[in-house]
Amino acid sequence: MARMTARERKEARDALLFLSPWLAGFVLFTAGPILFSLFLSFCRWDVIRPIEWIGLANYRQMFQDRLLGTALVNTLVYAALYIPSSLAVALGLALLLNQKLKGMGVFRTLFYLPTLTQGVATFTLWSQIFDPENGLLNRGLRYVMAEPPRWLLDPAWAKPALVLMALWSVGGTMLIFLAGLKNIPAEVYEAANIDGARPATQFWRVTLPLLSPTIFFNVIMGTIGAFQVFSAAFVLTSGGPSNATLFYVYYLFNRAFVYFNMGYASAMAWLLFALVLALTVIQMRLGQKWVHYG
Amino acid sequence: MVRPTPRPGASALLLLRYAALVTLSALFALPFLWMLGTSLTPADDVLDRFRPLFPARPAWENYAEALTVLPFGTFLGNTVLVSVLCMIGQTCSAALVAFAFARLRFPHRDRLFLLVLATMMLPPQVTMIPTFVLWTLPGWVDSLKPLIIPSFFGGGAFFIFLLRQFFLTVPAELEDAARLDGCTSWGIFRHVAVPMAKPALTTVALFSFIGHWNDFLGPLIYTQSMEKKTLAVGLTAFKSLHGTEYHLLMAASVVVLLPILVIFFCAQRYFVDGLASGAVKG
Repeated sequence: MARMTARERKEARDALLFLSPWLAGFVLFTAGPILFSLFLSFCRWDVIRPIEWIGLANYRQMFQDRLLGTALVNTLVYAALYIPSSLAVALGLALLLNQKLKGMGVFRTLFYLPTLTQGVATFTLWSQIFDPENGLLNRGLRYVMAEPPRWLLDPAWAKPALVLMALWSVGGTMLIFLAGLKNIPAEVYEAANIDGARPATQFWRVTLPLLSPTIFFNVIMGTIGAFQVFSAAFVLTSGGPSNATLFYVYYLFNRAFVYFNMGYASAMAWLLFALVLALTVIQMRLGQKWVHYG
Repeated sequence: MVRPTPRPGASALLLLRYAALVTLSALFALPFLWMLGTSLTPADDVLDRFRPLFPARPAWENYAEALTVLPFGTFLGNTVLVSVLCMIGQTCSAALVAFAFARLRFPHRDRLFLLVLATMMLPPQVTMIPTFVLWTLPGWVDSLKPLIIPSFFGGGAFFIFLLRQFFLTVPAELEDAARLDGCTSWGIFRHVAVPMAKPALTTVALFSFIGHWNDFLGPLIYTQSMEKKTLAVGLTAFKSLHGTEYHLLMAASVVVLLPILVIFFCAQRYFVDGLASGAVKG
C-alpha cells in the first residue's frame, strides 16, 4: 500500500472511531454466532447436556428427513407465489401513489396502514376473515360462487391464503418503489413526450429500465424475506393443515426451541443460508443483464 | 379549486384515478374497520356470523376490560422502553458508521462496506440460535437487554446503507470549506452532515421505532415471564386464557396501533421526501 500522509492517517483514525460501533457489534453479535452456529451444526446439543461432536451426522440426517423436504417445498412454493405477486402489487400501488393529486398523504397512510398493524391482532383478524363459514371473504365470495375455498383449512388453499395476507402489507416495498419513481428525472419524461411516446411505451421503455436498480433491490429483499416466512404460519395455522404451511424457518424454530435439537437446527440454518446465498448470487449474475445504473 | 382543463377527457381521467385510489383504500382499510368493529362488539355477539360490521350499541367497556385483564400497562411500558431506546441507538450509531463510509477515506473502505451489505443477505436464523446462547452467558435471557443492546452497535446494514446514500449527497464544497475553517471530522458530521440529512434520519428513526414496536420474534425468544413481555407477544395471552377473546384482543390492538398511526401520519411526508432527497423534484 502507498504510504499515507499525516492527513490521510488522521482521517483513517477518525474513520476507525466512527466505524467502531459497527466493528464492535460485528465481532460481538454477528461473527461469533456465525462461527459458533457452524461449529454447532457438526454437534449434538440439547442445551442441558454437554456439546458432543458428531461430524457430518446432522447433514446426513437432513437428507432422510421427510419433514424437512416438505418444509423446503412449502417454502419454495410460497416464495414462487409471493415474490412476483408482491412486486407487482407494490409497484402498482406505488405508481398510483406517484400521481400528482390532492390528498395523496391520506391515501399513502391508508395504503401503509396494514404494514403498521402487523402482529398478532392482524393474524387473528385474518383467521376471522378467512373463516370458511363466517369469514368476511367467503361471505362476499358466496355472491359469485356456490362453494368458495376453505382457505386456511384446505391444504391446497392455505399457502395462497397466506400470500394474500402478506400482499396486504406490502407497504414497505411500496414506499421503496415510490422513492425510486420519485428519483426518475422529469426531463426524461419530457423528452419522451416530445418524441410522442404513449404512456404504455413510456412505462416499458422509460419507467421500468430507470427503476431497475430499485426493482433489483426489492427482488433480493423479497427473496430473503420469503425464505424467512414464519410468524403467519406460527400464529395462524401452526403449520397445518396436513403440514401445508410448515415452512422452513418454522420447522427450524420447532427443532431448536421446542425439541432443543440445537445442532440439527444449526445444520438446517446453514442449508438455508447456502440456498439463499446461491439464489442471491444467481440473481446478481442475471441482474448484470437487466439492471441499469445511471 | 378551479383549474384550467388541459385537454378534453382529462377530468374523466381524474375521476377514474380517484375512483381507483378510493376503492383500493377501502380494500386496505376494510380489515382495519373490521378490527375496530370487533373491538366494540359485546362479548356475547362476537361469534355471531350475522352481526354487522359495527355493532348497534358499541361496547366501550371492552376497552376498559382489555386494559385491565392483562398487565397491559407493563406490556406498554416494556414496548415503549424497547422502541425508544432502539430508535435512539440505531439512528445514532447507524449515522456514525454511514458517515465514515460516505465521507471519510480509509484503506479497504469498499471491501468493508461489502461486508456490511453481506450481513443483510445473511438470514438472521443462521445466527438466531448462537445469539440466544450468547445472551444466556451473562444470564440476560428473560430480560429486555438482548432486545435493546445490539441496537447501539451500528444499527444494522439496512439503515447504514440508507444513511450512507444521503450523506453522499452532501456537496463536497461544503465539507472542504468546513475543513479549511479547521473543522474536525466530528465537526463536519455534527454541523454539516447531520443537519442536511434530517429527513433521512427521521425516516430511519421512524422505521426503527415501528419495527421494534411490532417486533414479534425477538420478544418471543428472549422474554418468558409476564412482566418482561412486550405488547406484540403479550397480546397472544388473549388467545390462550379461555379460547380467543376476540373483542378484547382487538380492543387492545387498536390501543397499540393508535400511537404509531399518529406518529406515521405526522411524519409520512418525510418517508418519501426523505428516501428521495437528491431526486429531481417535479
